[in-house]
Amino acid sequence: MNLATNKDLPRRKQAFLKTTQAFRKSLPILVSVLMLLALADTLIPKRAYRLIFTGNELMDPLIGAAIGSISAGNPIISYIIGGELRQQGVSMLAITAFIVAWVTVGIIQLPAEALMLGKRFAIARNAISFFISIVIATLTVLTIGMA
Amino acid sequence: MIKRTPEKVGFDGAFFLLAVIVYVILGIYDFDLLKNALSALAGLIARIAPILLLVFGVMFLTNLFFESQGVVRFLGKGSGLRGWVLAIVGGIVSSGPIYMWYPLLSDLKEKGMKDSLIAAFLFNRAIKIPLLPMMVFYFGWPFALILSIYMTVFSVVNGILVQFLARGGSEG
Repeated sequence: MNLATNKDLPRRKQAFLKTTQAFRKSLPILVSVLMLLALADTLIPKRAYRLIFTGNELMDPLIGAAIGSISAGNPIISYIIGGELRQQGVSMLAITAFIVAWVTVGIIQLPAEALMLGKRFAIARNAISFFISIVIATLTVLTIGMA
Repeated sequence: MIKRTPEKVGFDGAFFLLAVIVYVILGIYDFDLLKNALSALAGLIARIAPILLLVFGVMFLTNLFFESQGVVRFLGKGSGLRGWVLAIVGGIVSSGPIYMWYPLLSDLKEKGMKDSLIAAFLFNRAIKIPLLPMMVFYFGWPFALILSIYMTVFSVVNGILVQFLARGGSEG
């Protein structure tokens, strides 16, 4: 398709208006999510994470997945925290569940996801992703043989 | 239409208002903490702004070139293996925070994209090729490789389960 033709101008205008409309609709939710993320980033110190793990091999992956679920931000932060936790002696099972849940489960953005993709979809996706993060952690650690 | 609009505005606005109220309370409780939160917010907005533009561009192109029928063909019920591959690759190559992609996915869902493929797309956003060196640095390449393979495989499992559970609801 040639974008330069005048024939396509109304079509492009319509597509632009449609996109703008969709964006305008999403903006209050996106801004709200950003505000909550910034707040979580300010109020939760990075060191707080390592204090939560117990050393219990059954409980720690669940705790890791739960903490990952309520955390958010760039995945690099989860790697850095994961690296620090490893140095503190936290199990790789817990750290892997934490890293996977960090990016696949999003409790902070759940209201936005529910609003835009459907309540049932958002709850099902986050719940399944939570359990899958523990399964993936278990399989990864078993495959590599990391302690 | 007149009845629906205030309801919609009310729901979106309530979420936004809640966030503002939390900030106001924080400001009353500790003004320095509020300044830190606002600074973090400004940094966050600055970081995601280019991604937001990218999402806007992708949405614009989708609206320009893909009618509902096209989306259904590539990402709808009959999309088969091609749909899964598109969702997985799309999830891996897409950048920026997950919530930036909700408007586009919402748009595609309205046009006929399957829930399973939306879930697979969102799950694969966990695999970020540019971030792999960082993961290798902290945990070694066998960990990064095996984890990425499991993530890709389980994104399909995730998609199938989400489709199964979400299908029963009117929104699913």
